[in-house]
Amino acid sequence: MSSLSQLDQVKTTPWSGGRSPWSVEYGKIMMWFFLVSDAFTFSSLLVYYGSQRFSKFTWPDPDLVFQSVPGLVDGGYPLVFVGIMTFILIMSSVTMVLAVEAGHRRSKREVIWWMVATIIGGLMFLGCQAAEWTHLFHEGFGWGKIPPMETLHHLFTGEVSTVSALQFSNLFFTITGFHGFHVFSGVIINIIILCMTINGTFEKRGHYLMVEKVGLYWHFVDLVWVFVFTFFYLV
Amino acid sequence: MSELHTDHAHAEHAHGAHEGLSKKKIWQVFGILLAITVIEFIIALWAIPGGHMSQHIGNYVYIILTLFKAFYIVAYFMHLKYEKIGLQLCVSVVFIFILYFIVLMLIEGGYLHLHMPLV
Repeated sequence: MSSLSQLDQVKTTPWSGGRSPWSVEYGKIMMWFFLVSDAFTFSSLLVYYGSQRFSKFTWPDPDLVFQSVPGLVDGGYPLVFVGIMTFILIMSSVTMVLAVEAGHRRSKREVIWWMVATIIGGLMFLGCQAAEWTHLFHEGFGWGKIPPMETLHHLFTGEVSTVSALQFSNLFFTITGFHGFHVFSGVIINIIILCMTINGTFEKRGHYLMVEKVGLYWHFVDLVWVFVFTFFYLV
Repeated sequence: MSELHTDHAHAEHAHGAHEGLSKKKIWQVFGILLAITVIEFIIALWAIPGGHMSQHIGNYVYIILTLFKAFYIVAYFMHLKYEKIGLQLCVSVVFIFILYFIVLMLIEGGYLHLHMPLV
């Protein structure tokens, strides 16, 4: 008996067994590891973009390619539209973290409203992206497609290269497309979680951990956009 | 055995109740993210076109500011700052591989830049 209690006394540090060393719920750990692997995927895409850009002697100037606000003005406003998109995504990240905060207090009504706000933010971002893609399609960009030479002359500051323009076009649609797909699936998951919240599933469970887990995913989508924004629009 | 079980249940309860971010902190982090983005816009729309900063320096500034934004999102919004050190290390140290990959591929790109015919 005394030896047993001694053993019990030894087990106090996080890694000595008998309890979860990270005191994080299983699903949340798995979400973290999924996000790490997803970050690797996005990193490899962006690293390829970087290596392409380094290997070319000229590259389309983002301030010249992205200078319209679709539906309002057709040129002369570099970065304005993508600025709006960035603001929308950061804002929806804030509403998500507010939903998580309301979940800690188990306030069902507040969780519902903040989730609704997050979903609206996600849909607005997707709408902006659709508008931007449509605009670029009309200019002649696409997967494996670039505008004619006379248009390209306005998109480069120095010499014009069709190979660079093609790489730019392919990588832009692939990377923002992959990110947009993440936003889309995030919105779907948020809608599912919203329905579960309205049904009172988490109230019965006694905790809103699911909101935290989708929150992690949603912030990750925002995080990726921060990098896409820097490397496609600023650098 | 039953003692262990209650211990575990207690730990779980303690976790369920553990602190999230306060509303004040959330808006503070939002303010920081917004401010960094505004600085990036000032650099992109005023400093570089106006000749106050070269594009080369600007790129480094952009990347540093982006890493700051990433830190605030991961540490506060994703709550990693308040997790146990084991989890923090597990999800951050692996990015050494990505750093290596970035260095590798940019050197490769630079080599192609010098050695390929101009296309």
